[in-house]
Amino acid sequence: MGEVIVVTSGKGGVGKTTTTANLGTGLAAASKKVCLVDADIGLRNLDVVLGLENRIVYDIVDVTTGVCRLRQALIKDKRFEGLHLLPAAQTKDKTAVNPEQMKELCEELRKEFDYVIIDCPAGIEQGFRNAIAGADRAIVVTTPEVSAVRDADRIIGLLEAADLREPKLIINRYRPKMVNRGDMMSIDDMNEILAIDLLGVVPEDEQVVVTTNKGETVVRDDKSLSGQAYRNITRRIMGENVPLMNLEEPSGLFSALRKMIGLK
Amino acid sequence: MLDFLSRFFGRESSSSKNVAKERLRLVLVHDRANVSPDLLTALKNDLINVISNYMEIDEKALEVSLDSSDNQVALIANIPVKKMKRAN
Repeated sequence: MGEVIVVTSGKGGVGKTTTTANLGTGLAAASKKVCLVDADIGLRNLDVVLGLENRIVYDIVDVTTGVCRLRQALIKDKRFEGLHLLPAAQTKDKTAVNPEQMKELCEELRKEFDYVIIDCPAGIEQGFRNAIAGADRAIVVTTPEVSAVRDADRIIGLLEAADLREPKLIINRYRPKMVNRGDMMSIDDMNEILAIDLLGVVPEDEQVVVTTNKGETVVRDDKSLSGQAYRNITRRIMGENVPLMNLEEPSGLFSALRKMIGLK
Repeated sequence: MLDFLSRFFGRESSSSKNVAKERLRLVLVHDRANVSPDLLTALKNDLINVISNYMEIDEKALEVSLDSSDNQVALIANIPVKKMKRAN
């Protein structure tokens, strides 16, 4: 029986869909059978991020309303053996599916896949309740900004209230340079505020935009720091103990000077 | 000189991340305690009514807020007293 993981955040635009796509690709590359579920009904996006937008025939609402069978709606990614997508409906809204149906769907998917990863919509309304209904565990994505952290805190409370205990945190778009000059909250700051286990830190990286432009995922890019971060997170999800990577860029003249006068 | 250097290298104590942390800390106390501004106003009015039985207070300057330290939430009330009532 596979595991159902929901990727959530509260705030929009912090990288839920990018994270879902990268974890899915990363797990598939590690020879796992993975199904990604886009639960953002009405604002379908996981398909374009994965580069699968031209292959959609049926969607999640077609499955829950019995228009097609589950197997017919699943899109197989031809580039990665084992990676599948269940797309969201684009012309319906979030009330087209209810939590009970999502639970059933997850139960069915977990029979066939090692990992079912659900991309949760932003917000705390029905879309959120649908997305978490069938999940065993939750990942909370946030960025080191006051708005995102505040919403993450709210989401953590709601997840715990829904019996999704011990959600794990991914800090996205981390900028070590800004942290060093005291203009961005550090990993320790975020741990102190949110007080949940850290699953990983993904540095801000232009390659994320570049790969997404092409419908690819950065986790397959061996040279990029963010790709390495996603590969590490993937391994942690599979139960491996991987230490946090060094996010520091090679030090320049300024940081050398800073060290010299004892300002670290 | 070191102070100047600190500022030059962006290490002053009022760095923007400290401001962010402090603001978040306070806003999360309210969020987590699920306290609405209405509730605080109601509490404030009740406090005024009770305390007014014993002393004259400056109602306009009265401040009530929640604060947290070491995972504990405290209700902080700053109530300026104008005049004590005479004991009967």
